[in-house]
Amino acid sequence: MINFAKWKVVLVLALCGFAVFFSLPNLMTQKDAALLPTWLPHKQVSLGLDLQGGSHLLMEVDVEAVVTERLESLVDSARVVLRGARIRYTGLGVQGHSIGVFIKDPARTEEARVSLRDLDSDTVAEVGEGGRITLTLTEKAIRDRRISAVEQSIEIVRRRIDETGVREPTIQRQGEDRILVQLPGIDDPERVKRLLGKTAKMTFHLVDLRTPISEALAGRVPPGSRLLPHASDIGPDGGPRMVLIRKKVSVPGDTLIDAQPTIDQRSGQPVVSFRFNPVGAKKFGDVTKKNVKKPFAIVLDGMIVSDPVIQEPILGGSGQISGRFSTREVQDLALLLRAGALPAPLTILEERSVGPGLGADSVAAGKVASVVGLVAVVVFMVVTYGLFGLMANVALLLNIVFIMAALSVLQATLTLPGIAGVVLTIGMAVDANVLVFERIREEVRIGRSPFSAIDAGYSRAMTTIIDANVTTLIAAVLLYTFGSGPVRGFAVTLSIGIATSMFTAIMVTRLMVVTWLRRRNPQVLPI
Amino acid sequence: MRPLQLIPAGIAIPFTGKRKLFFVFSCFLILASLALFAVRGLNYGIDFKGGILIEVKTAEQADIGAMRSTLSDLGVGEVGLQEFGAPDEILIRVQRQEGGEGAQQVAVEKLKAALGSGVEYRRTEFVGPKVSDELFWDGVYAVAAAIVAILMYIWFRFEWQFGVCAIIALVHDVFSTIGIFALLGMEFNLSTVAAILTIAGYSINDTVVVFDRVRENLRKYKTMPLGELFDLSINQTLSRTVMTSVTTLLALLALYFLGGEVIRGFSFAMIWGVVIGTYSSICLAVPLLLYLDLHRRGAGGAGAVAEETP
Repeated sequence: MINFAKWKVVLVLALCGFAVFFSLPNLMTQKDAALLPTWLPHKQVSLGLDLQGGSHLLMEVDVEAVVTERLESLVDSARVVLRGARIRYTGLGVQGHSIGVFIKDPARTEEARVSLRDLDSDTVAEVGEGGRITLTLTEKAIRDRRISAVEQSIEIVRRRIDETGVREPTIQRQGEDRILVQLPGIDDPERVKRLLGKTAKMTFHLVDLRTPISEALAGRVPPGSRLLPHASDIGPDGGPRMVLIRKKVSVPGDTLIDAQPTIDQRSGQPVVSFRFNPVGAKKFGDVTKKNVKKPFAIVLDGMIVSDPVIQEPILGGSGQISGRFSTREVQDLALLLRAGALPAPLTILEERSVGPGLGADSVAAGKVASVVGLVAVVVFMVVTYGLFGLMANVALLLNIVFIMAALSVLQATLTLPGIAGVVLTIGMAVDANVLVFERIREEVRIGRSPFSAIDAGYSRAMTTIIDANVTTLIAAVLLYTFGSGPVRGFAVTLSIGIATSMFTAIMVTRLMVVTWLRRRNPQVLPI
Repeated sequence: MRPLQLIPAGIAIPFTGKRKLFFVFSCFLILASLALFAVRGLNYGIDFKGGILIEVKTAEQADIGAMRSTLSDLGVGEVGLQEFGAPDEILIRVQRQEGGEGAQQVAVEKLKAALGSGVEYRRTEFVGPKVSDELFWDGVYAVAAAIVAILMYIWFRFEWQFGVCAIIALVHDVFSTIGIFALLGMEFNLSTVAAILTIAGYSINDTVVVFDRVRENLRKYKTMPLGELFDLSINQTLSRTVMTSVTTLLALLALYFLGGEVIRGFSFAMIWGVVIGTYSSICLAVPLLLYLDLHRRGAGGAGAVAEETP
């Protein structure tokens, strides 16, 4: 153990050199580091959201809603088809992942089955007892729907977040139907959450004028219509004013290509002005031409935003939405319309937001704790082991350099528990050296010469060092596997710290001890 | 300067002789921990229980009473307020809201509207029922997996008797850490689980060092009575055990006092763990080996103590 091959010496020194080199950018400000030429290492340790401030949001896509929506539209189509063919039916409705209907005339069941089957190629049509036809979505169709709903949601979330101007957001899919969003340095997480919490599905409908609103309010809503509440108007009963609209979408919201917040020239109110693509413009033109002097409803997420009367045909493909909006609401609505609608509602399952103040305080506290911890351990080692303690301290400092270099190169995130991991490593890193030094003391006590005591000290302590560190590493790896967020950061620094401390203690300190031994050739070890 | 020796050379403390005392103390510790856990339960943080946590910094010294009455009127259930490190920093805890995942977000908005924009929001966290459930079970699995993995490793490197004793000591450390959290009513959250796993690693680390020496001495002194041999092994490694515990404690104390309020619970658990882990390695794990029919090579036993190359 006291012989070092030349190449080993070179390797150890080279590794230490690399570590210093790659940890250097951390001594600069972020700006300066970014200006470094590309051949120099310029990666810094990236701070977790708990240290730099920011929001972590875990959201769930309500994928079931997508399937339900699909089934409901299938019910509507089935109604149209059956009525068109004059087939009499009852009990048409959604059941689980299928729709069911009873055909009254047994002779026409087969005909009905065929025409229903042709509605959607992703369904299987079966005839049951009593002329009951069920149309079931295939497993594959449901799975595809879900996957595309999640992917689409991620895209829309990304667009909405980009629109808010957050720098370097992370948007990831997690598991089957979850989206993890990490937003460093945002100052108003509530606004982002509000924006992400809205589906923003906008559609344009005609108002149903054939049925008096009192009929609908009494519960007699015609099948092709729907009763929806107004977002800001109050009705006579004190609740929101109800509007009866046709279910049929006159112009879909996805034909919008632009939306901007502006101020209405006449009223001076904040409004959203929008523009359709050519398809939408044509549809909008046709509808407004045919329905002059009739009310028209703009529906957003199941609420009537506005139901103005069409004054004249709008052929230019642009229009505006006026409601009782504040300037802020108009900005957000325009943003949502530009970014597009989510295919399914999102629910936030977990939020962890840290303000920049707390983040900075944590970094400062972490630094102080690390330095004080380090100084205490360094002093203690020198007091206990003298010159050998000094050598162990060099290794300890190098160990911190190694941890910083590894974090920078691997681009692992340093979190507050991660800093705790570094501080803990400072305390535990000297363990390998303590094991060796204590062993050397023992060997000296039984009368060995300095050379043989050091040799024996290292070789006997080695298995212990490995066994002891592997067990800690097991705990750290499990922590990484099962942990999440900041706790993972702890597992990362702890694992890196254990690995580098073994290297610095076994190789670096040993190299120093052996070199000193050969140069001085001492008769008595100062330990 | 003459180097300091915390533990004088040639020390001979009869640890195995005093084992009954240690066993009684440890049994008491475990039973008390289990009782506290059963009766008082743990003060789970929002990670495991779900709920809302908001940390605010007010412009001047906060009026906790006024804040409490404002927030209690919101109909979000029980609101807990606590000064957090400084008189102008308040930690607000609100229980998990009924009504599923979306209800948490609604309550956060309500709370923030009531607190107004005059305060600095240092931290806003909420965890819904689904995630808190998952985090809880992940924590349980992690601790269980760590214990099993460590048992396997010790078994592989030593004999099964060592593995069993190491795990008894480990479980003792984990239980008593849970017990101290139940006793003091300290918040038990994700970072506490991280601390417990680290304690597991640290405690085993200590145990392995002593076991290694036991194994070495078993080969060296083939006729020495086991009790005497265990005492010798513990005393030979005592200096290292104490040294490492002291350096680790120095670092942890720095973290506890200077690392900030957020990390204090974690540091506390670790400090407790280092102390209890050191105790259990010396006073439990090794003396327990006496009861497990440890056969020794060349001393008439049929079984064998693992022969490892050093």
